[in-house]
Amino acid sequence: MLENAFHGDRRYWTWIGFLLVLMGVGAFFYLQQLRYGLGITGMSRDVSWGFYIAQFTFLVGIAASAVMVVLPYYLHDVKVFGRITVLGEFIAVSAVTMCLAFIIIDLGQPQRALNMVLHPSPRSILFWDMIVLNGYLVLNVIITRVTLDAERNGEAPPRWIRPVIILSIPWAISIHTVTAFIYSGLAARPFWMTAILAPRFLASAFSSGPALLILLCLILIRFTKFDPGWEAIQKLALVVTYAVLANIFFVLMELFTALYSDIPEHLLHFRYLYLGLDGHHELVPWMWTSAFLVVASAVILVTPRLRRQKRWLVAACIGVVVAMWIEKGLGMVVTGFVPSPLETVTRYVPTFPEVAITVSVYALGALMVTVFYRIALSVRGELAG
Amino acid sequence: MTVDRRTFLKIAGLGALGTTGVYSLPVLGSPESGPGGHGVPAPGGTRWGMVIDLAACRHDEGCRDCIEVCGRVHNVPHHDDPRHEIKWIWKVPYPEAFPMQQHEYQEPALLGMAVPVMCNHCDNPPCVRVCPTQATWKRSDGVVMMDWHRCIGCRYCMAACPYGSRSFNWVEPREALEHQDPGFPTRTRGVVEKCNFCEERLAKNELPACVTACPHGALTFGNLADPDSPVRRILAGRMAIRRKPSLGTHPEIFYLV
Repeated sequence: MLENAFHGDRRYWTWIGFLLVLMGVGAFFYLQQLRYGLGITGMSRDVSWGFYIAQFTFLVGIAASAVMVVLPYYLHDVKVFGRITVLGEFIAVSAVTMCLAFIIIDLGQPQRALNMVLHPSPRSILFWDMIVLNGYLVLNVIITRVTLDAERNGEAPPRWIRPVIILSIPWAISIHTVTAFIYSGLAARPFWMTAILAPRFLASAFSSGPALLILLCLILIRFTKFDPGWEAIQKLALVVTYAVLANIFFVLMELFTALYSDIPEHLLHFRYLYLGLDGHHELVPWMWTSAFLVVASAVILVTPRLRRQKRWLVAACIGVVVAMWIEKGLGMVVTGFVPSPLETVTRYVPTFPEVAITVSVYALGALMVTVFYRIALSVRGELAG
Repeated sequence: MTVDRRTFLKIAGLGALGTTGVYSLPVLGSPESGPGGHGVPAPGGTRWGMVIDLAACRHDEGCRDCIEVCGRVHNVPHHDDPRHEIKWIWKVPYPEAFPMQQHEYQEPALLGMAVPVMCNHCDNPPCVRVCPTQATWKRSDGVVMMDWHRCIGCRYCMAACPYGSRSFNWVEPREALEHQDPGFPTRTRGVVEKCNFCEERLAKNELPACVTACPHGALTFGNLADPDSPVRRILAGRMAIRRKPSLGTHPEIFYLV
């Protein structure tokens, strides 16, 4: 099947070449980071997790969101999702791979990563995160491989794959729940220590993931013969709508608890996010942009007349993806460290090498999605004629 | 009653002065009662702890003796960039050390004073709970240890520590050492480090370096499991506070305010 990835027109190869260049630049800076140390990033003694771990958190959500097409199709027999389940699963494979890459890149001693296996520590949530993430990767690799193989041979998938697919549904929930537990179990970080973190993570995942899938489907429709049908896109849009509303609701609940209880150690983090603290306003414009985009997208999505128009739907989906990326990929992780447990504010801004390395991991993910989608479409004979 | 307390304080103060002169551990336990020294378990086992007398410490605001000796004997690197700092014991303003235990009418001298802080060697350490490789663990005598050869540098322990007591080697530490003590390992970049309660000195029946270096006798070290140890005798007689007690970490470092 992989041979299909090596045939393509100029446009295909230009895109692949572009991604490879980005990955090359990132690899160069990663070698520098290996030589110099993580001091090459903007992280510090006080803000000890930054951009890398934030991207990891955001992408766990993208990975988990595959369940939003798999669940309706396999449990509720929503037939229109038949053509896009494998696309969702391919996003999951690519996103989990990016997650693992970000974890490794963030390690001070990556060559010792296997110590997590050699000295397993079930009391550490990272141990469980390693298990659920790798398990989810394996599940989705098997599922996509087997279902696509069956499709190519024009036969029904083997019966044994169904329980595997059913297992992948709660497993998807688990990856984002366990990832939330990494944060929400820390008494040292009041900003993260909230029971709503896991539900909030899931809500933002189930809005940003399907929104991304809609955008990818529309790109495929434009450049290939692939067509999942407008009904499938609209159903996905409905999923995004409900998830965005749930996410807004959860954020407001968090804000109420922090603002009304008026406990400084909870309040200060939100103040840093939305108003700035001690003269530090790094995140403020981003967070208000995110808030605006979420509300604007929600308005578009809950208005059936707008949601049904492609232009508005595209705008809403871009808005949702960008807003959730800001929320998780910029705000969530850093704000846990600001102010520090000693109530000091330390400025964190990612450095150029840090951003270049991050971009290269996203390029890797884009490369994987491109190759996987090309394989899927060529198996179905839906590539551009 | 006040007189009783005063008398007690005088005795305790003399006791604290005494320990600064004598560096072997048996005086920390209770030689009279026999057990308590190194290798001989005290009745309740061994649980190392420390009492820091802020009244004694604030006599000398600019004093950095404990910080400097610690850095010297543990090869703690000095980086100019504050982002990359490595700190084992250091001083912070009182409100930063005790964010929940201050009010605006407190004695200004206290609010303005620099409080020595370090790893609390918690009885219930969150850093140990979260470490994915058991590179940090709590010994039976209460010392929270680090294995710098096993640490993968994920920094989960730094996120979990409510006291900011852990530092990460963002850059090569050996280049930032003025003098290297061959008696103690240096670290590599990419691992976390922190105060080890001078376990290398405890093993030789010696007091932690910061305790012996303090010219004001502000630091008292001893076995919390032994009711007759100097730390227990001070704690029995004076009001002592711990950092962030509500988190249930049970720090083994006590502060006399």
